[in-house]
Amino acid sequence: MAFPIEVSDLRKSFGSTRALDGLDLAVARGEVHGFLGPNGSGKSTTIRVLLGLLRPDGGSATLLGGDPWRNAVDLHRRLAYVPGDVTLWPNLTGGEAIDLLGRLRGGLDRRRRDDLLERFDLDPRKKSRSYSKGNRQKVALVAALASDVELLLLDEPTSGLDPLMEAEFQACVLAAKAAGRTVLLSSHILAEVESLCDRVSIIRLGRTVQSGTLAELRHLTRTSMSVETVRPVPELAELPGVHDLVSGDGRVRFDVDSAALDDVVRHLSGAGVRALTSTPPTLEELFLRHYGESVPEPETAR
Amino acid sequence: MSALAGTGALVRLALRRDRVRLPVWVIAVVGLLMSSVVSVTSLYGSTAEREAYAGAVGDNPVAVMMGGPGAGLPSLGGIVVFEVAIVGYVAVGLMSLLLVVRHTRAEEEAGRTELLRAAVVGRWAGPGAALVVAGAANAGIGLGVGAGLVATGLPAAGSAALAASFVVFGLVMATVGLVAAQLTEHSRGASGIAAAALAVFFVLRAAGDIGGGTLSWTSPMGWALAVRPFAGARWAVLLLPLAAAAVLTAAALALLDRRDVGAGLVAARPGRATASGGLAGPLGLAWRQHRAALLGWGIGMFLLGAAYGSVGESVEELVSQNDALAEFVAGSGTDLVDTFFAVATSMTALVVTGFALQVAVRMRGEETAGRLEPLLGTAVSRGRWLAVHLLVAVAGSTVLLALGGLGTGLLHATLTADPGQVGRLTVAALVWAPAAWALTGVAAALFGLLPRAVGAVWALLAAAAFLLLLGRTVQLPDWAVGLSPFEHVPQLPSEAVSAPPLLALTAVALALAGAGLLGFRRRDIG
Repeated sequence: MAFPIEVSDLRKSFGSTRALDGLDLAVARGEVHGFLGPNGSGKSTTIRVLLGLLRPDGGSATLLGGDPWRNAVDLHRRLAYVPGDVTLWPNLTGGEAIDLLGRLRGGLDRRRRDDLLERFDLDPRKKSRSYSKGNRQKVALVAALASDVELLLLDEPTSGLDPLMEAEFQACVLAAKAAGRTVLLSSHILAEVESLCDRVSIIRLGRTVQSGTLAELRHLTRTSMSVETVRPVPELAELPGVHDLVSGDGRVRFDVDSAALDDVVRHLSGAGVRALTSTPPTLEELFLRHYGESVPEPETAR
Repeated sequence: MSALAGTGALVRLALRRDRVRLPVWVIAVVGLLMSSVVSVTSLYGSTAEREAYAGAVGDNPVAVMMGGPGAGLPSLGGIVVFEVAIVGYVAVGLMSLLLVVRHTRAEEEAGRTELLRAAVVGRWAGPGAALVVAGAANAGIGLGVGAGLVATGLPAAGSAALAASFVVFGLVMATVGLVAAQLTEHSRGASGIAAAALAVFFVLRAAGDIGGGTLSWTSPMGWALAVRPFAGARWAVLLLPLAAAAVLTAAALALLDRRDVGAGLVAARPGRATASGGLAGPLGLAWRQHRAALLGWGIGMFLLGAAYGSVGESVEELVSQNDALAEFVAGSGTDLVDTFFAVATSMTALVVTGFALQVAVRMRGEETAGRLEPLLGTAVSRGRWLAVHLLVAVAGSTVLLALGGLGTGLLHATLTADPGQVGRLTVAALVWAPAAWALTGVAAALFGLLPRAVGAVWALLAAAAFLLLLGRTVQLPDWAVGLSPFEHVPQLPSEAVSAPPLLALTAVALALAGAGLLGFRRRDIG
């Protein structure tokens, strides 16, 4: 079983809303796979189908070599899931909820549990109702990461975490990968996926638009720059790695491939930089720029 | 009064949110009461019929428990009060307390109060708006019932007094709901406390009316009846419940001023860092989720049963004092005390079914709250999860019935020095279990096949209560009354046990639960 998750042409509608419209996804054993798409693109629906919570209308989905709808219980012993919006039992403490979820999966590693509680700075003695969104998410993360499972399904697991905890989370995912686990990480934050994932599938409106390694999707990791210089910058548009250049009002705006960043910055400084802002592209911008309003046919990386 | 700032806007918000629910309640309660009034007035048209009625019920303790002291008998108005007043008080009481808890504690628990209180909204605006809306709903019922009574030809003054007694009793229960909403962090608990208060009011009044009337003055329901609508209406008595409502409101606001948003009166303490061995599977979790409620209900049902048991003795005394009644009882071959216990136990059974349905409906609540999804994401099968919740509903309701019967039996056995009554009255309560199971089965079937409609089981319980309490009064045909599962339960201890209907009810419950399981295993979650 080289691919713990294999999904092809998956379809699912809720009434007249088409949530999944022929989605494809293949996650290889031992990799951290980024599942990238804007809100409402079908990421959570796909994960719920993979968990056997929703019954697909068409297409096929294979999870750990089994049918996620029919073999749900057996398959769930081998995976751990962190929902995007964690709700807990209000009268249970965080520690109790972690233990309960762990036991229901077939046991968790006591030492790793305590270690994770410390790393995430979570007080397990508080009742779940008094936890903030981020702390509820930590409860689900600790329960998942402390379980001895082959596969982790993480649905936007960091949306409530602060940057410090986000760093801890990334270290934990890399440790899970080093231990040979497979991770499906859904996200709408490009930077998170960039720093963790081996391969990425990008979906939009319930279909896979692109998938491949990060190197293959290099064009996705351009930095957007806006520069104000003393003198006009000559021949900027002709530099390798510069795209989509717009100028006016003494400002130039353009996107730069990561590899060309050094050259471009050196070139700019010759013109006397007065102000410079650089931002990593957001997923929404990226979709607007690369795919416009219409969804292209699925394709492999350019 | 900056504490009330924003009350008007919150009233409009509540009316907008309840634009269906509120009219349904008002129309249902008015319709329920008026249908009984119309059938009563047509049944007892002649003076002879009315006097026969008054002679049969006026001193009959079972009838007094369900109908009140019987002021105004044998006039038509007196009969109307005897037949509909208490059902009406319970209905407006439930409506009012549920409404107030829904608009105060439930909102707070959901976190919406926090959002509103961050706007230009005073601390008392939420409770104030809830009371205004409850007052409006009760006024609507009062107007509807009052107009209806006058339209059927009853005296205007008495009709107005009866309608007014509904309104003020509704207001008392609304403020009881408001106090309860300050005590616990959970709306379910608050509704439970307020409903328990309603039950206590009923029992105090019943015991008082059977035992000479003094005790009735400790109960707001007793005050409402003490207005004596068609027996020289005592309007001044209405001041008593109004004063109580004012005191309760002041108490609730004082409690509110002393606590944090979202908190109850008891501060949260740190809990266990690790789960105990019992919290290991779906059953452990379900037990944990329902054990507090089960404990509260258990105490409540035992006390309710004990209250009935303590009255049984005075029923016997009353019968022996009343020669005509004693003769009637001796002639008919029925034991009036047993009949009393059978009717009392049927009331307990209706209440206990409420617990079973609460557990069953909670399954949908867990699903929509998103707590089912992570559970089914572990090695828990859908069938097992459904089964443990139904087990809690079925076993819990059975235990509660047994506790109610035990309470009645222990008290009655002590007072009559007859230990045999303990087992006899416990069994009399337990025979109602299959009826509770059958309605639980309906809830399970809805949850599996039509999850959005699970809440409809509450309407079914209300319909079953109507059929049990008033079905004969409004002269519904036998097949209609027979739709209620409670109708098929042999009324122990005055009737003999008969297994076939109990087995049939159990089979229906199992079939419905099976249908629910099949549906649940096929459908989407969420």
